[in-house]
Amino acid sequence: MKKVYLDNAATTKMADEVVKAMNPYFSDKFGNASCLHSFGQEARDAVENARKIIADKINAEPEEIIFTSGGSESNNLAIKGIAYELKGRGNHIITSKFEHPAVLNVSKELEKQGFKISYLNVSRDGFIDLEQLKQSITKQTILVSLMHANNEIGTVQDIEKIGRICKEQNVLFHTDAVQSFAKVGIDVKKANLSLASFSAHKLHGPKGIGALYVKKGITIKKQIHGGSQEFNQRAGTENVSGIVGFAKAVELMKEKDIEKMNTLRDYFIEELLKFDGTSLNGSKENRLCNNISVSFKNVEGESVLLALDDKGIAVSTSSACTSAKLEPSHVLKAIGLKPEDSHGTIRFTLSKYTSKDDVDYTLNSLKYVIKKLRGISPE
Amino acid sequence: MSFKYSDKLMRHFHNPKNAGKIDNADGIGIVGNRSCGDVMHLYITVKNNIIVDIKFKTLGCAAAISASDLLCELAKGKTIDKAMKITKQDLVELLGGLPAPKLHCSLLAIDALHKAIEDYTIKNQLK
Ligand SMILES: Cc1ncc(COP(=O)(O)O)c(C=O)c1O
Ligand SMILES: [Zn+2]
Repeated sequence: MKKVYLDNAATTKMADEVVKAMNPYFSDKFGNASCLHSFGQEARDAVENARKIIADKINAEPEEIIFTSGGSESNNLAIKGIAYELKGRGNHIITSKFEHPAVLNVSKELEKQGFKISYLNVSRDGFIDLEQLKQSITKQTILVSLMHANNEIGTVQDIEKIGRICKEQNVLFHTDAVQSFAKVGIDVKKANLSLASFSAHKLHGPKGIGALYVKKGITIKKQIHGGSQEFNQRAGTENVSGIVGFAKAVELMKEKDIEKMNTLRDYFIEELLKFDGTSLNGSKENRLCNNISVSFKNVEGESVLLALDDKGIAVSTSSACTSAKLEPSHVLKAIGLKPEDSHGTIRFTLSKYTSKDDVDYTLNSLKYVIKKLRGISPE
Repeated sequence: MSFKYSDKLMRHFHNPKNAGKIDNADGIGIVGNRSCGDVMHLYITVKNNIIVDIKFKTLGCAAAISASDLLCELAKGKTIDKAMKITKQDLVELLGGLPAPKLHCSLLAIDALHKAIEDYTIKNQLK
Protein backbone atom coordinates (compact mmCIF):
# COMPACT_ATOMS: atom_id res chain seq x y z
CA MET A 1 0.00 0.00 0.00
CA LYS A 2 1.11 3.54 -0.71
CA LYS A 3 2.31 5.33 2.42
CA VAL A 4 2.05 9.08 2.79
CA TYR A 5 3.39 10.74 5.90
CA LEU A 6 1.76 14.12 6.54
CA ASP A 7 2.47 14.51 10.23
CA ASN A 8 5.80 16.29 9.98
CA ALA A 9 4.89 18.75 12.72
CA ALA A 10 4.83 15.79 15.10
CA THR A 11 8.16 14.49 13.96
CA THR A 12 10.09 13.88 10.75
CA LYS A 13 11.99 11.11 9.07
CA MET A 14 15.72 11.50 9.63
CA ALA A 15 17.48 12.48 6.44
CA ASP A 16 19.83 9.76 5.10
CA GLU A 17 22.65 12.30 5.23
CA VAL A 18 21.91 12.89 8.91
CA VAL A 19 22.04 9.20 9.74
CA LYS A 20 25.29 8.93 7.82
CA ALA A 21 26.81 11.90 9.63
CA MET A 22 25.80 10.50 13.01
CA ASN A 23 26.90 6.91 12.55
CA PRO A 24 30.63 7.28 13.33
CA TYR A 25 29.75 8.89 16.66
CA PHE A 26 28.01 5.73 17.82
CA SER A 27 31.02 3.55 17.11
CA ASP A 28 34.55 4.70 16.24
CA LYS A 29 34.17 8.27 17.46
CA PHE A 30 32.52 7.43 20.74
CA GLY A 31 34.55 9.73 22.97
CA ASN A 32 33.32 11.92 25.79
CA ALA A 33 33.70 15.52 24.68
CA SER A 34 34.93 16.52 28.14
CA CYS A 35 38.04 14.32 27.98
CA LEU A 36 41.49 15.58 27.10
CA HIS A 37 42.66 12.57 25.08
CA SER A 38 42.27 12.26 21.35
CA PHE A 39 38.96 10.38 21.66
CA GLY A 40 37.56 13.21 23.70
CA GLN A 41 38.95 15.91 21.44
CA GLU A 42 37.48 14.29 18.37
CA ALA A 43 34.06 14.45 20.01
CA ARG A 44 34.70 17.99 21.25
CA ASP A 45 35.55 19.18 17.73
CA ALA A 46 32.33 17.66 16.41
CA VAL A 47 30.26 19.35 19.10
CA GLU A 48 31.87 22.75 18.58
CA ASN A 49 31.57 22.50 14.82
CA ALA A 50 27.87 21.76 15.22
CA ARG A 51 27.44 24.61 17.70
CA LYS A 52 28.89 27.02 15.14
CA ILE A 53 26.57 25.79 12.38
CA ILE A 54 23.53 26.34 14.57
CA ALA A 55 24.75 29.71 15.83
CA ASP A 56 25.42 30.89 12.27
CA LYS A 57 21.92 29.93 11.21
CA ILE A 58 20.40 32.44 13.63
CA ASN A 59 23.17 35.08 13.57
CA ALA A 60 24.33 34.20 17.09
CA GLU A 61 27.71 33.39 18.62
CA PRO A 62 28.59 29.74 19.35
CA GLU A 63 28.87 30.53 23.08
CA GLU A 64 25.22 31.51 23.00
CA ILE A 65 24.03 28.00 22.07
CA ILE A 66 23.31 25.45 24.79
CA PHE A 67 22.50 21.92 23.67
CA THR A 68 19.53 20.34 25.46
CA SER A 69 17.41 17.21 25.11
CA GLY A 70 14.92 18.97 22.85
CA GLY A 71 12.29 21.65 22.57
CA SER A 72 10.55 20.82 25.83
CA GLU A 73 13.72 21.06 27.85
CA SER A 74 14.74 24.26 26.08
CA ASN A 75 11.41 25.87 26.94
CA ASN A 76 11.66 24.71 30.55
CA LEU A 77 15.21 25.94 30.86
CA ALA A 78 14.41 29.30 29.28
CA ILE A 79 11.32 30.11 31.30
CA LYS A 80 12.22 28.57 34.65
CA GLY A 81 15.80 29.68 34.18
CA ILE A 82 14.76 33.32 33.87
CA ALA A 83 11.92 33.16 36.38
CA TYR A 84 14.12 31.77 39.16
CA GLU A 85 17.05 33.99 38.25
CA LEU A 86 15.04 37.22 38.20
CA LYS A 87 12.41 36.55 40.84
CA GLY A 88 14.00 39.18 43.04
CA ARG A 89 13.28 41.75 40.39
CA GLY A 90 9.73 40.81 39.42
CA ASN A 91 7.27 37.96 39.27
CA HIS A 92 5.33 38.63 36.08
CA ILE A 93 5.66 36.67 32.84
CA ILE A 94 3.73 37.24 29.63
CA THR A 95 2.90 34.43 27.23
CA SER A 96 -0.04 33.60 24.94
CA LYS A 97 -3.07 31.36 25.03
CA PHE A 98 -1.92 29.15 22.18
CA GLU A 99 1.61 28.17 23.17
CA HIS A 100 2.84 24.58 23.11
CA PRO A 101 2.22 22.66 26.38
CA ALA A 102 5.98 22.87 27.02
CA VAL A 103 5.42 26.60 27.60
CA LEU A 104 1.87 26.58 28.95
CA ASN A 105 2.46 23.89 31.55
CA VAL A 106 5.69 25.51 32.69
CA SER A 107 3.70 28.71 33.12
CA LYS A 108 1.03 26.91 35.12
CA GLU A 109 3.70 25.38 37.32
CA LEU A 110 5.23 28.80 37.94
CA GLU A 111 1.78 30.18 38.77
CA LYS A 112 1.52 27.61 41.54
CA GLN A 113 4.82 28.93 42.84
CA GLY A 114 3.52 32.47 43.05
CA PHE A 115 4.44 33.92 39.66
CA LYS A 116 1.82 35.94 37.81
CA ILE A 117 1.29 34.93 34.20
CA SER A 118 -0.59 36.89 31.53
CA TYR A 119 -1.93 34.83 28.65
CA LEU A 120 -2.32 37.05 25.60
CA ASN A 121 -5.26 36.69 23.24
CA VAL A 122 -4.89 35.39 19.74
CA SER A 123 -6.86 36.73 16.75
CA ARG A 124 -9.21 34.63 14.64
CA ASP A 125 -6.52 34.26 11.97
CA GLY A 126 -3.85 33.17 14.45
CA PHE A 127 -1.85 36.21 15.51
CA ILE A 128 -1.03 37.30 19.03
CA ASP A 129 -2.56 40.61 20.14
CA LEU A 130 0.44 42.92 20.29
CA GLU A 131 -1.56 45.90 21.59
CA GLN A 132 -2.45 43.74 24.55
CA LEU A 133 1.23 42.84 24.87
CA LYS A 134 2.19 46.50 25.14
CA GLN A 135 -0.49 47.11 27.74
CA SER A 136 0.40 44.02 29.75
CA ILE A 137 4.05 44.85 30.39
CA THR A 138 4.57 46.26 33.89
CA LYS A 139 7.54 47.02 36.13
CA GLN A 140 7.14 43.48 37.47
CA THR A 141 7.47 41.85 34.03
CA ILE A 142 10.64 39.77 33.74
CA LEU A 143 9.95 37.77 30.58
CA VAL A 144 7.84 37.72 27.44
CA SER A 145 7.60 34.20 25.96
CA LEU A 146 5.74 34.07 22.65
CA MET A 147 6.02 31.31 20.09
CA HIS A 148 7.38 31.92 16.61
CA ALA A 149 5.30 29.43 14.62
CA ASN A 150 2.28 27.65 16.02
CA ASN A 151 2.43 23.88 15.86
CA GLU A 152 -1.28 23.35 15.16
CA ILE A 153 -2.29 26.11 12.78
CA GLY A 154 1.11 27.13 11.46
CA THR A 155 0.83 30.89 11.78
CA VAL A 156 4.15 32.72 12.10
CA GLN A 157 4.36 35.69 14.45
CA ASP A 158 6.32 38.80 13.58
CA ILE A 159 9.10 38.28 16.13
CA GLU A 160 10.97 41.39 15.02
CA LYS A 161 7.96 43.49 15.91
CA ILE A 162 7.59 41.69 19.25
CA GLY A 163 11.31 42.15 19.81
CA ARG A 164 11.00 45.91 19.29
CA ILE A 165 8.20 46.14 21.84
CA CYS A 166 10.23 44.16 24.37
CA LYS A 167 13.30 46.29 23.73
CA GLU A 168 11.37 49.55 24.21
CA GLN A 169 10.03 48.24 27.51
CA ASN A 170 13.32 46.65 28.47
CA VAL A 171 12.04 43.12 29.09
CA LEU A 172 13.60 39.84 28.01
CA PHE A 173 12.06 38.02 25.04
CA HIS A 174 11.97 34.25 24.59
CA THR A 175 10.52 32.51 21.57
CA ASP A 176 9.66 28.87 21.04
CA ALA A 177 11.01 28.43 17.52
CA VAL A 178 10.72 24.64 17.45
CA GLN A 179 8.35 24.57 14.46
CA SER A 180 9.88 27.46 12.55
CA PHE A 181 13.59 26.72 12.87
CA ALA A 182 15.27 26.41 9.47
CA LYS A 183 11.91 27.04 7.80
CA VAL A 184 11.52 30.71 8.65
CA GLY A 185 14.57 32.94 8.89
CA ILE A 186 15.54 33.90 12.44
CA ASP A 187 18.02 36.63 13.23
CA VAL A 188 18.35 36.81 17.00
CA LYS A 189 19.83 40.30 16.82
CA LYS A 190 17.14 41.78 14.57
CA ALA A 191 14.44 40.17 16.70
CA ASN A 192 16.09 41.36 19.91
CA LEU A 193 15.83 37.82 21.23
CA SER A 194 17.15 36.97 24.67
CA LEU A 195 16.32 33.28 24.40
CA ALA A 196 15.05 30.91 21.72
CA SER A 197 14.17 27.20 21.74
CA PHE A 198 14.96 24.72 18.96
CA SER A 199 14.53 20.99 18.38
CA ALA A 200 16.17 18.71 15.81
CA HIS A 201 13.48 16.15 15.16
CA LYS A 202 11.13 18.58 13.42
CA LEU A 203 13.64 19.11 10.61
CA HIS A 204 14.83 15.62 9.73
CA GLY A 205 17.26 15.47 12.62
CA PRO A 206 17.24 12.98 15.52
CA LYS A 207 14.83 12.99 18.45
CA GLY A 208 15.99 13.97 21.91
CA ILE A 209 18.30 16.79 20.91
CA GLY A 210 17.63 20.50 20.84
CA ALA A 211 19.17 23.80 21.71
CA LEU A 212 18.51 26.96 23.62
CA TYR A 213 19.91 30.26 22.48
CA VAL A 214 20.83 32.44 25.46
CA LYS A 215 22.09 35.90 24.63
CA LYS A 216 25.51 36.78 25.97
CA GLY A 217 25.23 38.56 29.31
CA ILE A 218 21.96 36.94 30.30
CA THR A 219 22.17 34.56 33.23
CA ILE A 220 19.72 31.73 33.67
CA LYS A 221 19.22 29.50 36.68
CA LYS A 222 20.59 26.07 35.87
CA GLN A 223 17.93 23.33 35.82
CA ILE A 224 20.07 20.20 35.50
CA HIS A 225 22.90 20.13 38.03
CA GLY A 226 26.00 18.03 37.67
CA GLY A 227 29.10 18.57 35.58
CA SER A 228 30.05 21.86 34.00
CA GLN A 229 29.09 21.00 30.43
CA GLU A 230 27.43 23.55 28.13
CA PHE A 231 29.14 26.56 29.69
CA ASN A 232 28.05 25.32 33.08
CA GLN A 233 24.42 25.90 32.20
CA ARG A 234 23.26 22.34 31.55
CA ALA A 235 25.00 19.31 33.04
CA GLY A 236 25.34 15.97 31.32
CA THR A 237 27.71 14.25 28.89
CA GLU A 238 27.01 15.71 25.48
CA ASN A 239 24.81 13.72 23.11
CA VAL A 240 27.52 13.92 20.47
CA SER A 241 25.82 11.91 17.73
CA GLY A 242 22.59 13.83 18.30
CA ILE A 243 24.38 17.16 18.18
CA VAL A 244 26.15 16.19 14.95
CA GLY A 245 22.85 15.05 13.43
CA PHE A 246 21.11 18.24 14.50
CA ALA A 247 23.70 20.43 12.78
CA LYS A 248 23.64 18.28 9.66
CA ALA A 249 19.86 18.61 9.49
CA VAL A 250 20.13 22.39 9.76
CA GLU A 251 22.71 22.49 6.97
CA LEU A 252 20.53 20.35 4.74
CA MET A 253 17.45 22.57 4.88
CA LYS A 254 17.66 24.74 1.77
CA GLU A 255 15.66 27.63 0.43
CA LYS A 256 14.50 25.51 -2.50
CA ASP A 257 13.03 22.92 -0.08
CA ILE A 258 11.01 25.65 1.58
CA GLU A 259 9.83 26.99 -1.77
CA LYS A 260 8.80 23.50 -2.82
CA MET A 261 6.77 23.07 0.37
CA ASN A 262 5.21 26.51 -0.04
CA THR A 263 4.02 25.64 -3.53
CA LEU A 264 2.63 22.26 -2.48
CA ARG A 265 0.96 23.78 0.57
CA ASP A 266 -0.80 26.41 -1.53
CA TYR A 267 -1.94 23.79 -4.01
CA PHE A 268 -3.17 21.52 -1.20
CA ILE A 269 -5.10 24.37 0.45
CA GLU A 270 -6.62 25.50 -2.82
CA GLU A 271 -7.83 21.99 -3.66
CA LEU A 272 -9.11 21.30 -0.13
CA LEU A 273 -11.17 24.46 -0.04
CA LYS A 274 -13.00 23.23 -3.15
CA PHE A 275 -14.55 20.51 -0.95
CA ASP A 276 -17.94 21.30 0.59
CA GLY A 277 -17.91 22.39 4.21
CA THR A 278 -14.21 23.00 4.67
CA SER A 279 -12.38 25.98 6.11
CA LEU A 280 -8.73 26.80 6.65
CA ASN A 281 -7.51 27.57 10.15
CA GLY A 282 -4.94 30.31 10.47
CA SER A 283 -4.03 32.99 7.99
CA LYS A 284 -2.99 32.08 4.46
CA GLU A 285 -0.20 34.63 4.73
CA ASN A 286 2.58 34.36 7.31
CA ARG A 287 2.07 30.66 7.53
CA LEU A 288 4.62 27.86 7.88
CA CYS A 289 5.60 26.38 4.53
CA ASN A 290 4.39 22.93 5.59
CA ASN A 291 1.19 23.49 7.59
CA ILE A 292 -2.36 22.91 6.39
CA SER A 293 -4.99 22.96 9.15
CA VAL A 294 -8.51 22.41 7.89
CA SER A 295 -11.88 21.97 9.58
CA PHE A 296 -14.39 19.65 7.92
CA LYS A 297 -18.03 20.07 8.81
CA ASN A 298 -20.01 17.06 10.03
CA VAL A 299 -17.17 14.65 10.63
CA GLU A 300 -15.09 13.82 13.66
CA GLY A 301 -11.35 14.38 13.36
CA GLU A 302 -10.44 11.05 14.92
CA SER A 303 -12.59 9.19 12.42
CA VAL A 304 -10.99 11.03 9.50
CA LEU A 305 -7.55 10.26 10.90
CA LEU A 306 -8.28 6.54 11.27
CA ALA A 307 -10.00 6.27 7.89
CA LEU A 308 -7.02 7.96 6.21
CA ASP A 309 -4.62 5.75 8.15
CA ASP A 310 -6.41 2.81 6.55
CA LYS A 311 -5.33 4.28 3.19
CA GLY A 312 -1.73 4.61 4.40
CA ILE A 313 -1.95 8.34 5.09
CA ALA A 314 -0.76 9.74 8.43
CA VAL A 315 -2.27 13.01 9.67
CA SER A 316 -3.13 14.52 13.02
CA THR A 317 -6.16 15.86 14.92
CA SER A 318 -6.02 18.18 17.84
CA SER A 319 -9.30 17.54 19.60
CA ALA A 320 -10.09 14.21 21.17
CA CYS A 321 -13.19 12.97 22.95
CA THR A 322 -11.30 11.61 25.88
CA SER A 323 -13.09 13.03 28.86
CA ALA A 324 -16.84 13.01 29.30
CA LYS A 325 -16.69 15.98 26.99
CA LEU A 326 -14.98 16.35 23.63
CA GLU A 327 -12.39 18.99 24.39
CA PRO A 328 -11.33 21.18 21.50
CA SER A 329 -7.63 21.92 21.46
CA HIS A 330 -6.56 25.02 23.37
CA VAL A 331 -5.17 26.46 20.13
CA LEU A 332 -8.45 26.21 18.22
CA LYS A 333 -10.26 27.55 21.28
CA ALA A 334 -7.83 30.46 21.44
CA ILE A 335 -8.57 31.48 17.84
CA GLY A 336 -12.29 31.29 18.62
CA LEU A 337 -13.19 28.32 16.45
CA LYS A 338 -16.62 26.91 17.28
CA PRO A 339 -16.35 23.59 19.18
CA GLU A 340 -18.19 21.69 16.43
CA ASP A 341 -15.65 22.93 13.87
CA SER A 342 -12.74 22.13 16.16
CA HIS A 343 -13.94 18.52 16.39
CA GLY A 344 -13.59 18.13 12.63
CA THR A 345 -10.13 19.65 12.36
CA ILE A 346 -7.26 17.85 10.68
CA ARG A 347 -3.66 18.99 10.47
CA PHE A 348 -1.61 17.98 7.44
CA THR A 349 2.09 18.84 7.65
CA LEU A 350 4.39 18.40 4.69
CA SER A 351 8.11 17.83 4.50
CA LYS A 352 10.65 18.35 1.76
CA TYR A 353 10.12 14.71 0.87
CA THR A 354 6.39 15.17 0.18
CA SER A 355 5.56 14.97 -3.53
CA LYS A 356 2.65 16.34 -5.54
CA ASP A 357 1.69 12.73 -6.11
CA ASP A 358 1.42 12.25 -2.32
CA VAL A 359 -0.82 15.30 -2.08
CA ASP A 360 -3.04 14.16 -4.96
CA TYR A 361 -3.38 10.70 -3.45
CA THR A 362 -4.33 12.34 -0.14
CA LEU A 363 -6.88 14.63 -1.77
CA ASN A 364 -8.51 11.71 -3.54
CA SER A 365 -8.58 9.56 -0.41
CA LEU A 366 -9.97 12.47 1.56
CA LYS A 367 -12.81 12.94 -0.89
CA TYR A 368 -13.78 9.32 -0.39
CA VAL A 369 -13.33 9.33 3.40
CA ILE A 370 -15.22 12.55 4.05
CA LYS A 371 -18.08 11.47 1.82
CA LYS A 372 -18.29 8.11 3.56
CA LEU A 373 -18.21 9.57 7.07
CA ARG A 374 -20.71 12.28 6.23
CA GLY A 375 -22.88 9.58 4.73
CA ILE A 376 -23.22 7.80 8.07
CA SER A 377 -23.56 11.02 9.99
CA PRO A 378 -26.97 12.47 10.92
CA GLU A 379 -27.64 15.36 8.49
CA MET B 1 -3.32 10.16 25.19
CA SER B 2 -2.32 7.00 23.46
CA PHE B 3 -4.10 3.71 23.06
CA LYS B 4 -4.93 1.27 20.36
CA TYR B 5 -8.38 0.16 19.25
CA SER B 6 -8.96 -3.56 18.78
CA ASP B 7 -9.09 -5.05 15.27
CA LYS B 8 -12.71 -5.99 15.86
CA LEU B 9 -13.61 -2.40 16.67
CA MET B 10 -11.76 -1.18 13.60
CA ARG B 11 -13.67 -3.62 11.40
CA HIS B 12 -16.96 -2.16 12.62
CA PHE B 13 -15.58 1.33 12.11
CA HIS B 14 -14.32 0.78 8.58
CA ASN B 15 -17.26 -1.34 7.41
CA PRO B 16 -20.35 -0.53 9.41
CA LYS B 17 -23.13 -2.85 8.19
CA ASN B 18 -25.96 -1.04 9.92
CA ALA B 19 -25.35 2.59 9.01
CA GLY B 20 -28.31 4.35 7.49
CA LYS B 21 -31.72 5.74 8.19
CA ILE B 22 -35.11 4.02 8.36
CA ASP B 23 -37.86 6.12 6.83
CA ASN B 24 -41.05 5.88 8.89
CA ALA B 25 -39.20 4.21 11.75
CA ASP B 26 -41.34 3.04 14.67
CA GLY B 27 -38.93 4.59 17.14
CA ILE B 28 -36.10 7.09 16.94
CA GLY B 29 -33.49 7.74 19.61
CA ILE B 30 -31.37 10.86 19.38
CA VAL B 31 -28.54 11.37 21.84
CA GLY B 32 -25.43 13.49 22.16
CA ASN B 33 -24.56 17.06 21.43
CA ARG B 34 -22.22 18.19 18.70
CA SER B 35 -20.60 20.96 20.67
CA CYS B 36 -19.35 18.54 23.29
CA GLY B 37 -19.00 15.24 21.53
CA ASP B 38 -20.56 12.43 19.56
CA VAL B 39 -24.09 12.55 18.14
CA MET B 40 -26.12 9.43 17.45
CA HIS B 41 -29.46 8.82 15.76
CA LEU B 42 -30.90 5.32 16.11
CA TYR B 43 -33.93 4.07 14.13
CA ILE B 44 -35.94 0.95 14.91
CA THR B 45 -38.74 -0.96 13.23
CA VAL B 46 -40.74 -3.16 15.60
CA LYS B 47 -43.04 -6.04 14.69
CA ASN B 48 -44.75 -8.20 17.32
CA ASN B 49 -42.54 -6.71 19.98
CA ILE B 50 -39.40 -7.70 18.07
CA ILE B 51 -36.86 -5.27 16.67
CA VAL B 52 -36.90 -6.40 13.06
CA ASP B 53 -34.81 -3.59 11.69
CA ILE B 54 -32.40 -1.15 13.26
CA LYS B 55 -30.07 1.44 11.73
CA PHE B 56 -27.85 4.22 12.96
CA LYS B 57 -26.40 7.52 11.89
CA THR B 58 -23.47 8.65 14.00
CA LEU B 59 -21.24 11.68 13.92
CA GLY B 60 -18.36 10.81 16.16
CA CYS B 61 -15.17 9.00 16.91
CA ALA B 62 -14.32 5.42 15.98
CA ALA B 63 -15.52 4.16 19.37
CA ALA B 64 -18.91 5.82 18.85
CA ILE B 65 -19.34 4.60 15.27
CA SER B 66 -18.29 1.03 16.02
CA ALA B 67 -20.41 0.87 19.18
CA SER B 68 -23.41 2.08 17.17
CA ASP B 69 -22.85 -0.59 14.55
CA LEU B 70 -22.32 -3.36 17.06
CA LEU B 71 -25.36 -2.35 19.08
CA CYS B 72 -27.52 -2.60 15.96
CA GLU B 73 -26.10 -6.06 15.32
CA LEU B 74 -26.89 -7.13 18.90
CA ALA B 75 -30.38 -5.65 19.07
CA LYS B 76 -31.60 -6.83 15.69
CA GLY B 77 -34.04 -9.75 16.03
CA LYS B 78 -34.34 -9.33 19.80
CA THR B 79 -37.56 -8.61 21.68
CA ILE B 80 -37.82 -5.17 23.22
CA ASP B 81 -37.28 -6.65 26.68
CA LYS B 82 -34.17 -8.54 25.63
CA ALA B 83 -32.77 -5.52 23.79
CA MET B 84 -33.26 -3.42 26.92
CA LYS B 85 -30.97 -5.83 28.73
CA ILE B 86 -27.95 -5.17 26.50
CA THR B 87 -25.40 -3.53 28.76
CA LYS B 88 -22.47 -1.24 28.34
CA GLN B 89 -20.23 -4.11 29.46
CA ASP B 90 -21.60 -6.33 26.68
CA LEU B 91 -20.68 -3.72 24.12
CA VAL B 92 -17.26 -2.98 25.53
CA GLU B 93 -16.38 -6.65 25.77
CA LEU B 94 -17.52 -7.39 22.24
CA LEU B 95 -15.54 -4.40 20.98
CA GLY B 96 -12.42 -5.99 22.41
CA GLY B 97 -12.18 -3.52 25.27
CA LEU B 98 -12.08 0.26 25.27
CA PRO B 99 -9.70 2.66 26.98
CA ALA B 100 -11.37 4.37 29.95
CA PRO B 101 -11.63 7.79 28.29
CA LYS B 102 -13.62 6.22 25.45
CA LEU B 103 -16.20 4.40 27.57
CA HIS B 104 -18.72 7.21 27.40
CA CYS B 105 -18.74 6.97 23.60
CA SER B 106 -20.06 3.41 23.73
CA LEU B 107 -22.49 4.26 26.53
CA LEU B 108 -24.10 6.67 24.14
CA ALA B 109 -25.22 3.80 21.90
CA ILE B 110 -27.06 2.15 24.78
CA ASP B 111 -28.72 5.47 25.61
CA ALA B 112 -29.78 5.87 22.00
CA LEU B 113 -31.39 2.44 21.97
CA HIS B 114 -33.25 3.13 25.20
CA LYS B 115 -34.52 6.41 23.77
CA ALA B 116 -35.62 4.74 20.53
CA ILE B 117 -37.50 2.08 22.49
CA GLU B 118 -39.07 4.73 24.70
CA ASP B 119 -40.11 6.65 21.60
CA TYR B 120 -41.62 3.50 20.13
CA THR B 121 -43.46 2.69 23.38
CA ILE B 122 -44.98 6.15 23.64
CA LYS B 123 -46.03 6.18 19.97
CA ASN B 124 -47.43 2.66 20.31
CA GLN B 125 -49.55 3.55 23.34
CA LEU B 126 -51.04 6.42 21.39
CA LYS B 127 -52.20 4.11 18.61
C1 LIG C 1 6.02 24.50 19.20
C2 LIG C 1 6.67 23.35 19.90
N1 LIG C 1 7.38 23.55 21.01
C3 LIG C 1 7.98 22.54 21.67
C4 LIG C 1 7.91 21.24 21.23
C5 LIG C 1 8.58 20.16 22.00
O1 LIG C 1 9.76 19.75 21.39
P1 LIG C 1 10.44 18.35 21.76
O2 LIG C 1 9.55 17.29 21.21
O3 LIG C 1 11.77 18.38 21.08
O4 LIG C 1 10.55 18.29 23.24
C6 LIG C 1 7.17 20.98 20.07
C7 LIG C 1 7.03 19.61 19.53
O5 LIG C 1 6.22 18.81 19.91
C8 LIG C 1 6.53 22.06 19.39
O6 LIG C 1 5.80 21.85 18.30
ZN1 LIG D 1 -16.23 9.63 21.13
